[in-house]
Order: sequence, then structure tokens, then C-alpha cells
Amino acid sequence: MSGVRVLVGTRKGAFVMTSDEKRKKWNVEGPHFAGWEIYHLKGSPANPDRIYASQTSSWFGQVIQRSDDGGKTWEPVGNQFAYDGPTGTHLWYDGTPHPWEFARVWHIEPSIHDENTIYAGVEDAAFFRSKDAGASWQEMPGLRTHTSAPRWQPGAGGMCLHTIVQDPVNANRIFIAISAAGAFRSDDAGETWRPINSGLKSPEIPQPTAEVGHCVHRIALHPSKPDTLFMQKHWDVMRSDNGGEFWTEVSGNLPTDFGFPIDVHAHEPETIYVVPITSDSLHYPPDGKLRVYRSRSGGNDWEPLTKGLPQENCYVNVLRDARAVDKLDSCGIYFGTTGGQVYASADSGDNWAPIVHDLPAVLSVEVQTLA
Amino acid sequence: MIRVVLPYHLRTLASVGREVQLDVAGAVTQCSVLDQLEVQYPMLRGTIRDQVTKKRRAMIRFFACEEDLSNESPDEPLPEAVVSGKEPLLVIGAMAGG
Repeated sequence: MSGVRVLVGTRKGAFVMTSDEKRKKWNVEGPHFAGWEIYHLKGSPANPDRIYASQTSSWFGQVIQRSDDGGKTWEPVGNQFAYDGPTGTHLWYDGTPHPWEFARVWHIEPSIHDENTIYAGVEDAAFFRSKDAGASWQEMPGLRTHTSAPRWQPGAGGMCLHTIVQDPVNANRIFIAISAAGAFRSDDAGETWRPINSGLKSPEIPQPTAEVGHCVHRIALHPSKPDTLFMQKHWDVMRSDNGGEFWTEVSGNLPTDFGFPIDVHAHEPETIYVVPITSDSLHYPPDGKLRVYRSRSGGNDWEPLTKGLPQENCYVNVLRDARAVDKLDSCGIYFGTTGGQVYASADSGDNWAPIVHDLPAVLSVEVQTLA
Repeated sequence: MIRVVLPYHLRTLASVGREVQLDVAGAVTQCSVLDQLEVQYPMLRGTIRDQVTKKRRAMIRFFACEEDLSNESPDEPLPEAVVSGKEPLLVIGAMAGG
């Protein structure tokens, strides 16, 4: 019987939620790593029983956990993230040079093709790779040593590499995003990188169309159209149809185009989802109504999805890594909130129901579709 | 036998009880105790001190014999009561929050 496994990282531990293809009844296990911040968990596409987790603490630093049995048991693996060579400086909040300092792993991206290869995006922004299932990590320094790097500056959450997207057709092509440097693309499997921010406009920086400095919140693509990218920027929802060479705005009729996650339907490459948030000053939904917005035309024309979501007195946020879609025939969508709710829809977003109500603040949500 | 008391989160990470006991060869210092602790429990590498510089993490403290040893040289001998096993070395997560 097919089903799903939802992996939820929170401020106080990780949770694993499973259901059959109906996605009505859920089994919730956790907290794993109780009391630790779990920035991200993600399963290997090459081996769904293998799951990696980023476990962090202001007191005790970074730990990486690996499960080889679908999240039932876990083993700490390598946690040394050493920058390769001189670290140099980026800009600090006050505009002065500041040395690169490792803080935590924000995002883990297992290779599509190899269960032992994993990519990690870290704060301060850098791109790491493990080729031994997390036992050891090596920085791929071409990103951090890009000529623009001394001009990168942290966003409010730190200077984090939070998004890693692999091109499923061209194994050498990888997209990443950094707050607040922007989007970058590698065409040689992470060795070298170049900014792909043409078309972005960010009035919050001195040169709104600068090569770097944009606060990109999230990038997504559909595997059948890897040259088409969708982006939720700090403000603005954008799309590119040429691998990020140029971006155009598709915010259209959204009530606000500020937000964090953006995702693509599993079977409809022009159906995309965002969660509009009031503003950069007010990190909660407009009017106290939690609404997912769906566009079936790749942007511009958006419809609110509200059935089963709170439509009054709701002041939570949905963070950038806190939403995912499954691959079942009737596409499921999942998201977690800073209020500790995890919502699921088994019908492309038409109807929603909570899996859980009262977790710690949700940092990340991923889903595995199980055969 | 050197006794080391770990904070809750490091006990769960290392799957040990409140106190661990270590055989430390040679001079008993913060550094040699932590070296042996990390040999015996490799999952603790990087959680108490930096893996490369060996610098204590900012929110970790070392107490023993009712003294704060956090800012002592890591190569200074620990108190005789710790060396003899009469008293433990306490690894503490600093108080923070509110």
C-alpha cells in the first residue's frame, strides 16, 4: 500500500508522521532529539529509508543525524564543517567587513542519484558536500570565494544558504539561494557559481537591480521543466524560463507578495503555491486569515485556498523550508507554522486538515512518497 | 578514574547517564580530559569545544570543587580532588533565556 512520511523539524525536536494514501489518519512519532532545534530533515530520493537531520543548539553547536530505517533510529555522523582555506569577509549588518563564521546547517539536500552523497547549505553562507553518507564534509569553496562574496550581507535570520535545488535532468546543474545575497547557479556540479539575479528588483538595497544583495527566500522547480524556476523573494513572486538567466514578476493579484515558501504541484508544472505574509515588518497572514494561494497558470492569476484553514485570529508564519508536496496521484501538500500546526491537503490544496495542532514552532517540512 | 558530569542534552546525544568515567593518561587537564571524552564518545566532538581550535564554546562552562574553571588555561592541571576522582568535573550549559 502506498503512503507518505512527513518529516517535521521544530524548535524543540523532530517529528515523523506517517499515513496511507488517503492521508486522513496519521501516526505521529517524536520528538526525536528533544530540546534541540531541528532546522531540516530530508530523505534520500535514492533510498527513502535513509534520512538526514540537521540538529543544532546555541549551546552545543551542530550535529548531523542519519537514519537508515525511515526515522525509527538515528545515529550521529560527522559534524565538522570547516571552511576550505582563508575565510575572508562579508558585510556585517552595519556594513563593516565581518569574517565568515560557521553557525549551523540550514538545509540538507541528499543527491537525487546517490544515497551517500549529500549537499548542505550553511550559515555563514557556504556549500558543503559529503560523499560518505555524512561521515565527513568538505566545503566546495567556489561559492564562498566568488568575487561578489565580500559584498554579501546577512538577512535578519543570518547569512544563510537555505535553498539547494538539483536539476533532475542535468546532474551538473545546481541552484542555491542565500539570504541576503541572492540566487546562484552552478553548471559544474558545485565547483563554480555565478549569480542569477537579473530581473530582480529590491528597493531595500542601495542598487535595486544589483548583481547580488537580494533577499531570495525560496526557489522551486518541477522536474519535467527544469529550466523554469519559481522564486519567492522577500517581496515579489518571480519566475524564470531560462534557468535563472532572467526573472519576471508573477505576483499578479496576490493580496501581498511577501512570503517565504514557494512550491510546484507534483504533476502540474504550472501550478504553484505561496503563502502571502503581510509584510517584512508583520510576519503573519493578512487580516488574521491563513490562506494558501494557488496559481494554475504559473503565476499572475492566484486563488485563495481556505477550506480547513483558520480564517480569523491567525497570526502565525510559514517559514521557507516548512512546506512540501507529495507525489501521490492526488497531489498532497503539507505545511507547518510557527504556531506549531502542521496542515495537510490530499487534494492539491482544495481542502485542508491539521495533522497536529500544538508542536513547537515548525522550521521545516518535507514529505516522502512511499511505494 | 576521572569523573565528568555532562549536561542533559549531551547525555542524550552520547546515550549515557549523568556521569561518565574516563581513564586519562598523563597530566589531568581540561584538555586531556576532553581529549579522552571525545575519544570515548566521538559524537561529542564539536559540542563542547571547537574541533580545530579546541576553544571552549561560548555557552559552555567548566566547574569543579565549587570553582569556575572555564577561563583557566586548558593545559592547567585540574584540582587534586578531580584527579583523584573524589570530585567530578562539571560540564555546564550556561544559564540563558528568561
